[in-house]
Amino acid sequence: MKLTGAEIIVRSLIEQGVDTVFGYPGGSVLDTYDALYRHSDEIKHILTSHEQGASFAADGYARATGRVGVCMATSGPGATNLVTGIANAQMDSIPLVAITGNVPLSILGKDSFQEVDIAGVTMPITKHNFIVTKVEELAQTIADAFYIAAEGRPGAVLVDIPKNIAQASCEYVPVPPRPIVPSVEHITTEDLEKAVEMIKAAEKPMILTGGGTAIAGAEAELAEFVKKVHAPVADTLMGKGTFDTEDPLYSGMCGMHGTKASNTGISRCDLLIVIGSRFSDRVTSNAGTFARRSKILQFDIDPAEVNKNILVHHNVIGDIKEILKRLNPMLPQLDHTPWVQEVQAIEAKYPLRYNEDTLTAQYVMERLSALTKNDALVVTEVGQHQMWAAQFYKFKFHRQLITSGGLGSMGYGLGAAIGAAVGRKDKKIVNIAGDGCFRMNCNELATVRGYNLPIIELIVNNRVLGMVRQWQTLFYGERYSNTNLSDSIDYMKMAEAFGIKGLEIREKADVDAVLTEALETNGPVIINLVIGENNMVSPMVAPGGSIEKELELKN
Amino acid sequence: MKRMVLAIFVRNTSGVLTRVTSLFSRRGYNIDSLTVGETLDPGTSRITVTFTGDELMCSQIKKQVEKLIDVIEIIDLTQTEAVYRELVLVKVSADPQSRASVIEIANVFRAKVIDIASQTVVMELTGDSSKTNAFVEILKPYGIIELIKTGLTGVVRGSASFGGVDD
Repeated sequence: MKLTGAEIIVRSLIEQGVDTVFGYPGGSVLDTYDALYRHSDEIKHILTSHEQGASFAADGYARATGRVGVCMATSGPGATNLVTGIANAQMDSIPLVAITGNVPLSILGKDSFQEVDIAGVTMPITKHNFIVTKVEELAQTIADAFYIAAEGRPGAVLVDIPKNIAQASCEYVPVPPRPIVPSVEHITTEDLEKAVEMIKAAEKPMILTGGGTAIAGAEAELAEFVKKVHAPVADTLMGKGTFDTEDPLYSGMCGMHGTKASNTGISRCDLLIVIGSRFSDRVTSNAGTFARRSKILQFDIDPAEVNKNILVHHNVIGDIKEILKRLNPMLPQLDHTPWVQEVQAIEAKYPLRYNEDTLTAQYVMERLSALTKNDALVVTEVGQHQMWAAQFYKFKFHRQLITSGGLGSMGYGLGAAIGAAVGRKDKKIVNIAGDGCFRMNCNELATVRGYNLPIIELIVNNRVLGMVRQWQTLFYGERYSNTNLSDSIDYMKMAEAFGIKGLEIREKADVDAVLTEALETNGPVIINLVIGENNMVSPMVAPGGSIEKELELKN
Repeated sequence: MKRMVLAIFVRNTSGVLTRVTSLFSRRGYNIDSLTVGETLDPGTSRITVTFTGDELMCSQIKKQVEKLIDVIEIIDLTQTEAVYRELVLVKVSADPQSRASVIEIANVFRAKVIDIASQTVVMELTGDSSKTNAFVEILKPYGIIELIKTGLTGVVRGSASFGGVDD
């Protein structure tokens, strides 16, 4: 059957199991949008306010569902507007396929109207990218893009399609999706046996779980592993929810804003077992002093993560779920009660604290956790509110926290919440946003309204760029250069303008009632949570400092 | 720090050289020399990259390059018994008085004289870097007008074969 390239693009997406595309039309993708129109009963298109919102939405959809997220944009500015979202997905190993139109091949390379070499632009921020120059290669290329995005360590893939390719015709032969099988070829019995020996020899083992555990969906295997090794468990921001944050063995997040218990545990242990974590600088801080008393055993799917930032003593390479599945039966039941108690004692002595006399974001996070029965999908922007959400919401399952970990993109949250809300209708979706982040992409409120998405947009409003200001307070002599937002925006009027219900929290006593009202609303809600401007995220490791020397900040 | 030579076999797609070289630059590794060419299989190209680094750096860049979708195979030639060659073209000032001694140097190095003009001599020399460097050094006093190096390439000794040909 002869079909146009545009028709092949849309049929290929359907063939790959895509039910939703987030995007924005334009000149170079008109043909593809025409095909989307014809297939609107089979594939949904969510029109965002800005292409960046579409890329964040596709990323949020992927994180919330575990499937490949898809975004689409036209050439030139449409394509460049996707760039932050593509980099964001790639940094956090999120499977994303971005499809861009480009000018026809005949005028490609001639600085034509709305022409950008988007494949060149995105080369360093994608796992792979393609320019399709023959209509006959379209179906295979799209199938390849989906396979590359999801296989092994997931990532972002861009497919750039010149307009004349979308308009040309050829015989369409559907290319079925290639099954994604867990990567096991590097898992050897030898490596596993050596890991078991190291674990058995340890007196003070400590476990660190990261985003790789979530991607592998290995929470059950991890729980069994932890039980057998009997060790305290720290997580990274990306690893939130891979281990029950209410388990007695859980010692909290580690790193820059980690708990004293986790950071001290990592510094005192004699074996650090790192599962699906890439030793980001926000985790290790000073690499020279990180876990300096311990051996390090690393499980990761990507061999390039071994000895990249931190030298490790031994590693097992492969799918985390498969590694743990094979390792668990090889392990005896161990008992490290004195060590576990040592870490628990630190936790008891240095719990995460905040000022309970006044309204704080930390308190609201705790109440939100309780009122949602720890079951909401929590999306965040980037900054203080993100850390407060990570510290005080009680995460229970993987993919529960949807946050920009590696790239740290302000403005990520609202777009990602749209993706999460479209992908997971069974969960409450709350986007926790600082007022600074909210302003970056608040245009997406139009999308939220347009599709009536039941998102709670919780604006943690301190009228400053809180995290940057915190650094200015601590390290820049309180010189508050350009972090002041006190221009009295009326967020309630803004909510009204978008036709969204607006609620406000100004007193501690209001918190439960307002959150409950928001949670009971069937549709979008904006909550303006007004807090003081001087609250700081505590504890904190000074940049470049050792995680052993964490500061407790007064609020 | 020592010289590392990687032979990288890649699918011959547009932009593949940029993928490899931009990976080096964005990870902070400096390329000393680079050669690219087709292999027996026209669908496969071979990139030979020379850079200076230590073992850890080499193993890291190797693993990063291996992740590129278009990379088929990568061989650390410095870990093998390999022979290296590069081609040097050099144009030297040589008037009728000095011409004989320049040609004598060429003979000692087994360089070929490929052009003689009234005031210049052009020579070509093939060899590993130590030989080509010594050749260039000894010609410097005569006045080098132009120097072109193709960059190093290498092959593993013996019957081992890589890149698109069956073992």
